[in-house]
Amino acid sequence: MNAAPPLLAVRGLSKHYSVTGGFLAREIARVHAVDDINLDIERGETLGLVGESGCGKSTTGRCIMRLIEPSAGTISFEGRDVTHIDGEDLRRLRRDMQIIFQDPFASLNPRHTVAGIVGEALVIHRLATGRRQIEERVVQLLETVGLRSDHLNRFPHEFSGGQRQRIGIARALAVEPKLLVCDEAVSALDVSVQAQVINLLEDLQDKFALTYLFIAHDLSVVEHISTRVAVMYLGRIVEVAPARALYDNPRHPYTKALLSTVPIPDPKLKRKRLVLTGEPPNPFNPPPGCHFRTRCPLAEPRCAEIAPALLETMPGHMVACHVTG
Amino acid sequence: MPGSTPASLIAEGPEVFRAPELVAGPRLSLRRQAWRRFRKHTLAVASLFILGFLVLGVVVGPLLWRVPMGAIDLSAMLQGPLLDHPFGTNGLGQDLLARMIFGGRISLAVGVAAMAVAVGIGVAVGAIAGMASGRVDAALMWLTDLFLALPQLPLLLLLMYLFRGALRAAFGDEGGIFLLIVVVIGGLRWMSLARLVRAQFLSLREKEFIEAARALGASRARLMLRHLLPNALGPVIVAGTIEVANAIIIESTLSFLGLGFPPDVPTWGHMLYDAQQYLDSAPHWALIPGAAIFLSVLSINFIGDGLRDALDPRRVI
Repeated sequence: MNAAPPLLAVRGLSKHYSVTGGFLAREIARVHAVDDINLDIERGETLGLVGESGCGKSTTGRCIMRLIEPSAGTISFEGRDVTHIDGEDLRRLRRDMQIIFQDPFASLNPRHTVAGIVGEALVIHRLATGRRQIEERVVQLLETVGLRSDHLNRFPHEFSGGQRQRIGIARALAVEPKLLVCDEAVSALDVSVQAQVINLLEDLQDKFALTYLFIAHDLSVVEHISTRVAVMYLGRIVEVAPARALYDNPRHPYTKALLSTVPIPDPKLKRKRLVLTGEPPNPFNPPPGCHFRTRCPLAEPRCAEIAPALLETMPGHMVACHVTG
Repeated sequence: MPGSTPASLIAEGPEVFRAPELVAGPRLSLRRQAWRRFRKHTLAVASLFILGFLVLGVVVGPLLWRVPMGAIDLSAMLQGPLLDHPFGTNGLGQDLLARMIFGGRISLAVGVAAMAVAVGIGVAVGAIAGMASGRVDAALMWLTDLFLALPQLPLLLLLMYLFRGALRAAFGDEGGIFLLIVVVIGGLRWMSLARLVRAQFLSLREKEFIEAARALGASRARLMLRHLLPNALGPVIVAGTIEVANAIIIESTLSFLGLGFPPDVPTWGHMLYDAQQYLDSAPHWALIPGAAIFLSVLSINFIGDGLRDALDPRRVI
């Protein structure tokens, strides 16, 4: 397909958590948090990853970041398999990928000043030496994200949520990464602040040619920022498509249901809501076949037998559904 | 008030940040800020004065009060506090002030040194267990449980009995016993600290700022020293100050049982035990060392409290 390898290619990524108990810590159950996921992220694009809480989107992000070890599958960065690198190689990879976290209150060390937090990466990777050089670079980074140089010696608790998130962004930018994983980066913020941070992220993308993996549960936010969107349900990707195509023409019944919950900013217009019944199945014991069939309005007998593969139905639009695919 | 701008003033504006003019003057250095927070803790400051006075007293006391602590004067037995013996005398007519000064040196030194040993071992074991998880963690916690399950006093006595002679020969009478007491007390009191530090590490390890540091490529040593330990410090300081008190009291138990310092060496605990048969006739003999132990333990505890708050930048001044 493509001549150049994508910036990030994920193949067959799975993450299981074993629940042990009883005599000799036997495995009594296993949760498939992420179940055989394939993803490509092209240079310069923003891939939105959406799904309800507990569907494994954050686990996916952390596996890609090598913060948790995947149970199976490979992760390739710029065509190089980085699934099992460690030591100095892993440290070098850290300069290429960074992550922004959801909770701006938990993601900054409360005992470090802003200078210490943002400057840490510079110290670890020896990107700047000496107090003055580090400080100059930190100020530059703070100004990039819309903070001021006199914030340097303040502690995280002295800032608002939006400002803290900016500090987190400055910290991630310090190593000049190529890929930035935004793990629900704006979900904890007020709507007005959300918009500011998203605009900032878009500006930064233009300025530094960044690639984003944008994890969120809010579809309207994802629609705004994403080039392509992947929808996850219970550890599996059910649909991937360019943002426009996904929103205009969703194929998977789960995507349709998700989209029908997005409010329209016009009280006269009413969307036909597709209300899903029931709860997502217990991840300890997911139904065989298609995971979504227990709540799917279109489920057929074959859905219970074979799990649908993620197939390209139209150029760039991949769906995992027997019925609509 | 430069440097004490309330957090609420640094609010986020729509596009530009509001109120930059309210942030006046350069910020105080971290140490100055910590000192400001400590000063707000009235009890801690008062305690610092009391402890400072006690330490000063035992250090320079012998220069000012030249009565020999060993001089026996049977004509002045069990005398209450009077001019020539401000703290009174004991059953042999020895001057209690001189003995308090000398005993304070030993008691305070034992307390602080044993606390340092306990905190050192406890933090090391707890930090390694909390970082490592898996088998190393299980083994270290098994060791901790083992030490917790040991009967402390008999073991203490056994260790003292076994190593007393050798250490006395090697480091001299007082030096050898001091070393032994400090190591034995510290070596038997680190378990609760280890569990405390481990528990702190386990909960901190899941915090996003630790993940962020890992994502930046921080080494394990860096994670431990720069991120985990400083955030686990508060409870350790408080537990450490309690260990000082414990060590002073254990030392007096040992002295009482004849396995601490030799009987002619006064320590506060030792004096307390000597005095207990004379509580009716000479209460001052017990009250004075008791008050000294009480005051030093209490002030160390309050200083620990103040220190914990002072070292936490989240505390608003």
